[in-house]
Amino acid sequence: MKSVKLTASALAIAAVAATAASARDQVQSAGSSTVLPYATIVAEAFGENFDFPTPVVESGGSGAGRKKLCEGVGENTIDIANSSSRISQSDIDLCAQNGVTEIMEVRFGYDGIVFASDIDGPSFAFTPADWFQALAAQVVVDGQVVANPNSNWSDVNAELPDQEILAFIPGTKHGTREVFDTKVLVAGCEESGAYEAFVAANNGDEDAAEEACMTVRTDGVSVDIDGDYTETLARIDANPNAIGVFGLSFYQNNTDKLKVATMNGVEPSVESVASGEYPVSRPLYFYVKKAHIGVIPGLQEYIDFFVSDDMAGPEGPLAAYGLVPDPELAATQEMVANGTPMGPLN
Amino acid sequence: MTDATAPAAAPAPRPGHTAGSLLTLDKRTRARNAAEARFRLYGAIAVGIALVALVWLLISIMSGGLSAFRQTMITMPVYLPAEELDEAGNRNPAEMSRVTTLGYARVLDQALIALMAEQGIAIEGLSEDDASDIISQEAAAQLRNRVLANPDLVGTTVESEVLTNGRIDGYFKGRVTMASAELDSNVTPEQLRLADALRANGVLEKRINWAFLTMPDASDQRPEAAGLGVAILGSLYMMLVVLVLSVPIGVAASIYLEEFAPKNRFTDLIEVNIANLAAVPSIVFGILGLAIFINFAGLPQSAPVVGGLVLTLMTIPTIIIATRAALKAVPPSIRDAALGVGASKMQSVFHHVLPLAMPGILTGTIIGLAQALGETAPLLLIGMVAFVRNYPSAPPEGIFDPASALPVQVYNWTQRGDPAFVERASGAIIVLLVFLILMNAVAIILRRRFERRW
Repeated sequence: MKSVKLTASALAIAAVAATAASARDQVQSAGSSTVLPYATIVAEAFGENFDFPTPVVESGGSGAGRKKLCEGVGENTIDIANSSSRISQSDIDLCAQNGVTEIMEVRFGYDGIVFASDIDGPSFAFTPADWFQALAAQVVVDGQVVANPNSNWSDVNAELPDQEILAFIPGTKHGTREVFDTKVLVAGCEESGAYEAFVAANNGDEDAAEEACMTVRTDGVSVDIDGDYTETLARIDANPNAIGVFGLSFYQNNTDKLKVATMNGVEPSVESVASGEYPVSRPLYFYVKKAHIGVIPGLQEYIDFFVSDDMAGPEGPLAAYGLVPDPELAATQEMVANGTPMGPLN
Repeated sequence: MTDATAPAAAPAPRPGHTAGSLLTLDKRTRARNAAEARFRLYGAIAVGIALVALVWLLISIMSGGLSAFRQTMITMPVYLPAEELDEAGNRNPAEMSRVTTLGYARVLDQALIALMAEQGIAIEGLSEDDASDIISQEAAAQLRNRVLANPDLVGTTVESEVLTNGRIDGYFKGRVTMASAELDSNVTPEQLRLADALRANGVLEKRINWAFLTMPDASDQRPEAAGLGVAILGSLYMMLVVLVLSVPIGVAASIYLEEFAPKNRFTDLIEVNIANLAAVPSIVFGILGLAIFINFAGLPQSAPVVGGLVLTLMTIPTIIIATRAALKAVPPSIRDAALGVGASKMQSVFHHVLPLAMPGILTGTIIGLAQALGETAPLLLIGMVAFVRNYPSAPPEGIFDPASALPVQVYNWTQRGDPAFVERASGAIIVLLVFLILMNAVAIILRRRFERRW
């Protein structure tokens, strides 16, 4: 039966593939769910104001998007991969293997990562060290590396409210987690001086020490959220004691339900992230397959439009939605206009 | 079952068994009756739990989603200034298209300010910028399309129905309150007071929202404009592909297996495989679809044809199982009679057995289609979970154009940051449920009207 069905479906494919010769006339992109809202805003405005069809924007995650980009060259592969983390060497190798040799890397802005709790709860003023002390599996007490004994925020820092520690942090498949690990946990680890103790405990192995900084406790105090921010928000609704990790734009759309915490005394906003005062942020990218420029109608126009001041600039709709504009946008615009492919990763 | 194993023929009275009146219940009868009463109670409890769950689900979806079918609109006169919209003055749409939606947004802003002045609405602490923010960004795009389609409108005043933004809409649906607006960075209490004043003057009102069924998806900044048009078309195209492919393949396979194939180990193996195939998780078919249809056969991403092919693979086992059951239910006497008067095997099947099995086959097909209609997982992998704003063209070419699908649209909207999308997602679930109920109703009607029992 299986072979019968395979032949039957093969026949069906042959029949439809024969008629599928018509060229694709819309840009297709895929990737990060963090970039998705920005990409859809640009796609919508592009479709309204240009004579090209509205680009198709697919979500599915940064890694999945880059992998799709690297599947090869041709109309049945995507043109743009949206990504909330930088492309890796293994992706570039995969691309090269499949004939995708020239990729343009476009950084179009930054995304702030905020810590927020229920609107009716107390307010928090954190430092990265507080988060490290609260969530790390092992902390340093009196010079000794011990399992984390802290149960309330006030145990971590006497100035924080006397509230049980419960944190909803992004799961490991999210790009946001990487930023949380490096900019919050590792930074806090170094700030609190635990890093040196870990290095000493691991006989000078710095990688192992960093790994120890990023290892979160598993006693239910820190909960990985593998879904999206809407799930984190629903969990906070159910547990008003909890603190969640959100994207800045998500928080800005839900300011009536969430109270944002400061980090090192700085309140997160588009301005404070742009100026670099607010420490937890990351760049957002999209990667363009150069071989498709000039083949897929509207691709060059779409990427020019994406990085234009009208869209990605400080007054544009992306900033209004929560994107932190890139101060070097002018250089990016020039790079996109010239079609400069990215060099090797440094 | 214990009582059924008691010997049927009454043996000699057992020791301890006293013959009594049939009208007075002995201990065993009472115990049996009690067991039956208990069993009935369990059954009623099970049905009750299922009903409560169903009612709860329906109430939560309806309460969240019914409001998506009504939308807050402002009806106002909009003056279209020629000097802004058509600088050249020759009403040439190609040249006029240089004015972007930003230009039209300004025109709408001025129209709203003029309306407020005319009606004497003044809200303390509300700037002109904030006032005009209550208009949806989609309104500018709609106005632009309208003007470009009919350039002669420039220079005149047109009566326009303008969408309000999602927060204002939410205010009239109870999602946004004055208290929450204080905290909300996207709306101010002054804007809500303006909306109240406009409503008191009869300019702003909630209307039936057909656009929810016809318009395409919208970006995160315009939940008020998001609709199901592309998703409904995409689902329809996929169902067409599934119908055209899976019915002939499924029915032919089952007729062969049921009526012609020899019964041996090989056909037994096939049977087991089909039963297993029906139980394979649907995501597996998605992986298969990505590998075969997109990477190998080179079909386009996000296209209903690929979705349809993947769902066909999923539906075929369901159809085969239903069809075989329907064929089995036709009594052998029909076949024997046909063969007895000299019909060939094929004539007996196609002239007599198949027509009698048809209602069962159709029912199975429709149930298989309904199952496919609600399927999301395999579509994740073939690029259907996407933001698509252009309607696919008419079939057959249209099945190669990118499109979304109903269940995928629900999934998409539940992930968006703006709380207004929750209402949209529930509304989409209602639409999906209506389609499923319709399909199942057709299946039941077919069964009732045409099924023959022997």
